[in-house]
Amino acid sequence: MKRTSVLIIGAGAVGCAIARELSKYDLEVTFLDKNTDVGGDASKSNSSIIHTGYDASPGTLESRLVVAANPMYDRLCKSLDVPFQRIGAILPAFNEEQFEQLPFIKEKAFQNGVYDVEYRSGEDLLNMEPMLNPRVMGGLFIPRESIIDPFVYVVALAENAVQNGAKLILEAKVLDLIREGDAIVGVKTTKGEFLANWIINASGLYCEEIARMAGKADYKVNPRRGQFYILDRDTPCKVKRIVLPIPTKRTKGKLISPMIHGNLLLGPTAEDLSDKTNHDTSTEGLASVAADVRRLVPDIRIGDTITQFSGLRPNRVPAGFNIDVYDDLAGYLNISGVRSTGLTASIAIGKYVAHTLGQVGLEMRLRDDFNPVRKGIQRMVDLSPGQRARKITEDPSYGRIICRCESVTEGEIIEAIRSPIPARSIDAIKRRLRAGMGRCQGGFCGPKVIQILARELGLTDDAVIKSDPGSNPVVRATRKEVSQ
Amino acid sequence: MIEYTCDVAVIGAGPAGLAAASSAREAGAEKVWLIERDCEPGGILQQCIHPGFGLAYFDEELTGPEYAARFYDKAVDLGVQFSFDTTVLAIEKGNILRCLSPRGESLINAKSIVLAMGCRERTRGNLIIAGSRPAGVITAGAAQRMINIQNQMIGNKVLILGSGDIGMIMARRLRLEGVEVVGVVEILPYLSGLTRNKLQCLDDFDIPLLLSHTVTRVEGYPRVEAVYVAAVDEKNDPVLASEERIECDTLLLSVGLIPENELSRNAGIELDAVTGGPVVDSDLQTSVPGIFCCGNVLHVNDLVDHVSVESELAGENAALYALGKLPSDSKLIPVQAGHMVRYVCPSVIRQRSGKSTLYFRVTKPAKHVDLQISDGTKIVWMKSHLRVNPGEMEAVCIPTADLVGPEITINVLPQ
Repeated sequence: MKRTSVLIIGAGAVGCAIARELSKYDLEVTFLDKNTDVGGDASKSNSSIIHTGYDASPGTLESRLVVAANPMYDRLCKSLDVPFQRIGAILPAFNEEQFEQLPFIKEKAFQNGVYDVEYRSGEDLLNMEPMLNPRVMGGLFIPRESIIDPFVYVVALAENAVQNGAKLILEAKVLDLIREGDAIVGVKTTKGEFLANWIINASGLYCEEIARMAGKADYKVNPRRGQFYILDRDTPCKVKRIVLPIPTKRTKGKLISPMIHGNLLLGPTAEDLSDKTNHDTSTEGLASVAADVRRLVPDIRIGDTITQFSGLRPNRVPAGFNIDVYDDLAGYLNISGVRSTGLTASIAIGKYVAHTLGQVGLEMRLRDDFNPVRKGIQRMVDLSPGQRARKITEDPSYGRIICRCESVTEGEIIEAIRSPIPARSIDAIKRRLRAGMGRCQGGFCGPKVIQILARELGLTDDAVIKSDPGSNPVVRATRKEVSQ
Repeated sequence: MIEYTCDVAVIGAGPAGLAAASSAREAGAEKVWLIERDCEPGGILQQCIHPGFGLAYFDEELTGPEYAARFYDKAVDLGVQFSFDTTVLAIEKGNILRCLSPRGESLINAKSIVLAMGCRERTRGNLIIAGSRPAGVITAGAAQRMINIQNQMIGNKVLILGSGDIGMIMARRLRLEGVEVVGVVEILPYLSGLTRNKLQCLDDFDIPLLLSHTVTRVEGYPRVEAVYVAAVDEKNDPVLASEERIECDTLLLSVGLIPENELSRNAGIELDAVTGGPVVDSDLQTSVPGIFCCGNVLHVNDLVDHVSVESELAGENAALYALGKLPSDSKLIPVQAGHMVRYVCPSVIRQRSGKSTLYFRVTKPAKHVDLQISDGTKIVWMKSHLRVNPGEMEAVCIPTADLVGPEITINVLPQ
């Protein structure tokens, strides 16, 4: 069996960022995931915010990684063609108790090295965000809090890694680690066995299960559910910046954030569950989001919601980001406790892991042929009429709109299916292109996307899946084909 | 970029667009251009393979494709030009349509425009139904397309939420294909679609209808395994004690239609808060001069026959506008929804000789009522009805020449 230098378990934001970082070096990199697509669990259902780390616990690894990561995104997103916007956040106080918190929050930001957090008067904040609750007394402005397209971000990292030679294996669930003496030398998966000099556990929510296979599970990970609403782009009551609540002792609270493609995001809840597969939304949870965000922006129109979702973030006990290598266990690096700030931290975790591997003796020789540039699928709506005309002349399918709400053409969908990490499900297309993510939620394009997937992948219609195996929207043909 | 000109451009070749285009030709417009996203004419009628169309317009019963074919043939005979497989991206200033098709991008400079884009379905997201997010939750119209056109069956055991017309028609359709239909659940205490559809699609097939109930939760992943159904109180909030788990692999949603108003909104056309469609006068002209509107993009209809009649008026007026013959100096009389009336379309009458048809819906079902139209000074029209129903649109045609009052109000009053 061929041995790879590094094998990464998990192709969420963290796993993909590590794969991409390591692909800069003269290493054989393999990354695998149990799911049908990259994007993991937590990485695809979160607030899509790139944090500054102003509110992290000072001195922790989480603080260092998040604070270091934030400034990297401008260059990274340019290089990887990922939608990213520095829109800033405000933290308004609506009563004396909250107002008194502000100096402490600012002090904490300062301790974290986030020096650009500033006070703003109530009047200033209302000028910045006219829809804000007019009882606002003042607050903080955090200019570098930013938003990203989290799906495209993870796909871009993974694609760039693959372009630079990393190998991605999907639908490979890890069943066990292979041990030789006091070293981990490989993994047993549902897709066979893989040997590696280094195994990296980047399995997020499941990092406890993998660590237990290595005998290194000295912590627990419980799923913490966050429920969100997404509102229609055309909702009349909007904000331009992320509006954060003042945290209480118990919770960070529920925020309102613009999304990179013009929608509005409300949430999340913070509910401790035991089932790591429970992605349900609940009536009570969503009602609590609605009630809480109305305190920030009273006129917010929940009725303009186009969808709701929930995400599970790993809640480590004891808490804290941990990136560990072991004296008594060679070839194994364990990442645990990467919670909601993990999307932001991912890029820094990639660099931290590369550095750590170098320190523990892996030869880290930079390649001279690494290509940092990844081009995404060009969206027809974003092109000039002249550019569009050229594309349609080359391939007429770029002139056929399939998703009306988000203006996605057949050509773009085919491109996603044929991309370096092929979109093989309805959701994979949705995450790459937004087809079906608009206000009709796939009512019009869904049936057409099934046909395109079946045709391009050479499948029967009933073999097309929405997301995971078994999520087939078509159960059989209505009528058997009658031959002429 | 290719640029074209025409007299009347019609967006959408469903029943509304086909009728409007023919009528525009008949009213004297030289070049009438019909633009359609799909590769075939007929719009949603293509997938409506059941009968029941044309009883009012043709005095005979047709299927959806048959009904559409009659209007398409007529439009072709009249020399209407068609662009299929073509999407209108935007209506730009000066009534220019920016179109995209596999043949390229083009601009169509139209003297007048008829919006006939139809409507879309409300989704699970709009209703905020909690639970898992598996395959097997689908809107009725999407299911109808998959089953009738794409030859794809969408489930084996189906529960339908909403007693809209498409939901009931799909209940029968699924039953005819051998699929188990557990029942139709309706949050309101009355039917939201046509009574005749309940008789023909549910009662005749022993499919139960559960009024004053709703779906509270979806269970199962990666495919629906069950839904939870509960009775609702007078505020339409579910009574959790009554919640019951019903096994099924599909939840079909027939929970309302919304005009496809993206183009209308982006063109700066004023929209009606109740219908979601453009505000129009009795010429069916929107707030943007030269842009007319008809069919389900204006307000959601239950009978296609109404759509055809309304659309012929829109097409005719669009032609007159293009020819510079549509009078614009007539007196404007606003129309109000009065007692027990949810909305009236149009919302303004242009007073001239002749008649105007007012379409409206009641807010709740009632028996033995008087429909009454006043112009602010006197009752100008009245008729008794045995029963009225929100699912059945009322249409009243009144002469406008004699109206003197400042404002028309429609009331539905108990006898």
